[in-house]
Amino acid sequence: MNWLQQLLNGISVGSIYALIALGYTMVYGIVKLINFAHGDVFMLGAFIGFYAITVLHLGFIPAILLTMAVTSLIGVLIERVAYRRLRNSPRIAALTTAIGVSLFIEYTTIYVRGAQPDVYPDLFGDRVIRVFGATTRVDTLVILLISVLLMLLLQWIVHYTKIGKAMRAVSYDADAARLMGISVDRTISWTFALGSALAGAAGVIFGLYYTKIDPLMGLIPGLKAFVAAVMGGIGSIPGAMVGGLLLGLVETGVSALGFSLFRDAVAFIILILILLFMPQGLFGKNVREKV
Amino acid sequence: MTKRTWPVRGRWLLLLAAFLFVLAGCGTGGKGTSDTGSPQASTPSGGEAAKGEVKIGLNLELSGNVSSYGTSAANGAELAAEELNKQGGIDGMTIKLVKQDNRSDNAESANVAVRLMTQDQVSAIIGAATSGNTKAMIQLSTENKVPVVSPTATAASVTVDEKTGQVHPYMFRACFIDPFQGKVAAQFALNDLKAKTAAVYIDSSSDYSKGLAASFIDTFKAAGGTIVAEESYVQKDTDFRSTLTRIKDKNPDVLYVPGYYEEVGLIIKQARELGYTGPIVGGDGWDSPTLLELAGKEALNNTFFTNHYSSEDPDPAVQAFVKAYKDKFGKTPDGFAALGYDAMYLLADAIKRAGSSDPEKIAQALAETKDLQLVTGKISIDENHNPVKAAAIIEFKDGKQTFRTKVQPE
Repeated sequence: MNWLQQLLNGISVGSIYALIALGYTMVYGIVKLINFAHGDVFMLGAFIGFYAITVLHLGFIPAILLTMAVTSLIGVLIERVAYRRLRNSPRIAALTTAIGVSLFIEYTTIYVRGAQPDVYPDLFGDRVIRVFGATTRVDTLVILLISVLLMLLLQWIVHYTKIGKAMRAVSYDADAARLMGISVDRTISWTFALGSALAGAAGVIFGLYYTKIDPLMGLIPGLKAFVAAVMGGIGSIPGAMVGGLLLGLVETGVSALGFSLFRDAVAFIILILILLFMPQGLFGKNVREKV
Repeated sequence: MTKRTWPVRGRWLLLLAAFLFVLAGCGTGGKGTSDTGSPQASTPSGGEAAKGEVKIGLNLELSGNVSSYGTSAANGAELAAEELNKQGGIDGMTIKLVKQDNRSDNAESANVAVRLMTQDQVSAIIGAATSGNTKAMIQLSTENKVPVVSPTATAASVTVDEKTGQVHPYMFRACFIDPFQGKVAAQFALNDLKAKTAAVYIDSSSDYSKGLAASFIDTFKAAGGTIVAEESYVQKDTDFRSTLTRIKDKNPDVLYVPGYYEEVGLIIKQARELGYTGPIVGGDGWDSPTLLELAGKEALNNTFFTNHYSSEDPDPAVQAFVKAYKDKFGKTPDGFAALGYDAMYLLADAIKRAGSSDPEKIAQALAETKDLQLVTGKISIDENHNPVKAAAIIEFKDGKQTFRTKVQPE
């Protein structure tokens, strides 16, 4: 059952991309900014989770909740300090700032703890589950479950809460929303908080799944998640989820066919093709409630 | 007349050195090595100039990103020199070590070599720990006719010019070279593990990994084995599952992964997760405690790697060295320490046979080294200035490195 095994591999990678891609897409939907520091919030999440588990001896669920709380604060802080003043400046200024913030976070982390990798503890043991001949570890299933739960939770927040409504309104037309008495600043802060919390959760999940974390780990997953967000149609929440899963499956497929060295190239070729032929992405066209 | 020349890069340093020398007021105690007009200066350094003493330079990575390599090698060399001096030196000549730090930097390694060869007038240099830092000394060693013995530089191009195939006359090493490890690993897989089929998983961003893999494949095929899969990854990859699933499907008797510990740790862990239970074999790039952290004890069972030596080797010579090193430095010597120690003894043997501290005679004697018993094995220097010696196979048992066997070159 080789294909089933590969499918499981692909979905696991894809759900991590999807979680990160959600943060990109939400922020883009609301402030039209590609937040390149997002991959580094993901990295910080991995380290916060690591210290929560090893130093504070928290279990998996408390650790992931604590991480999400801290990274959402970091996200709000980044927006407040670096992006808010640039909201009305040319977009290139904000983009350059985002890259600056990204490098700042990476190298501050290296300065504080060094560049050597850390190793996540094994929380679920080596228990292996066999499904139709494919083998998977318990934590892979837990990871999938958590990812799906978080995505459902996000859908609920966006569609059925007041802040979600505000987010959709600001994304649709910020000026009109302001006239209706919605605090645009607060809504944007909330968006950054939600996106960063998801990135933090993705960081912990990544650590558990791949074991090794280091200060530059956010770079490639961050870029891939960006590709996933563009693929699904940047600004669209379902698009980010589908884009993430699709990218994970495509990458796994490429390796499964024996072209593992082309894996990353394929991801970026897809990005270029989509930008050329479908600039709106898969879900970017007729989705009205962009967030 | 031995005329010493300096490359442009080293000249400013030399000027500075000369200036300091003048300031210090003939700091070497008036042995007359600085005056170019005097007859002594035309004779090679050491010997006649400084009676009863042979100066050996250490050009090692004592700081910088691979400082653990250089520090271990320096400890090993110092221990060896101390032991030799206690036994009355080499033919009555006391060894005097001149220890210099190259800060793990190629340019600084060349600077240090210039200083050692021209100012300190050493008879030979031990260093450097990495191939890159050692290669920075090739030209200087030829120009100044001072032999350089690297304890641990494994790249073939350290002693042989890859383009012309010519041997660098003054470059030597105490360790085996990269292709040899692949050959030994293949022999071990065929003879000890009784493997008929093998899969190779290569780090395509590293020459080291590609070199080991190529010689593994050649040896394995030549002995009638089949390579069922040849896959690649690049450094910093974290997801190997899809490729490993592919490899597992081919059902190889042995999986050869000649990479560095950061990726290998993850590969072993993920391979075991996917249900591959067969033996996994690698090279000395595995030798780090981080490998154990990444892969975990369980996953590491039934894995093996080739290394320069094992501190668990029951050989009395090895155990005597391990004990002496522990007494002096308080920790178990790693491969770098053992090779630093061996480099010193290799040099001492050559100096003894040369009967003088003349660098050229030492170089000649080094090239003629035969059947010298050292901690990392009995070595002979071949025509390419590489030692022919045995490799140790290390096996992981419940997370501990244990000595499995020694494989002799054929």
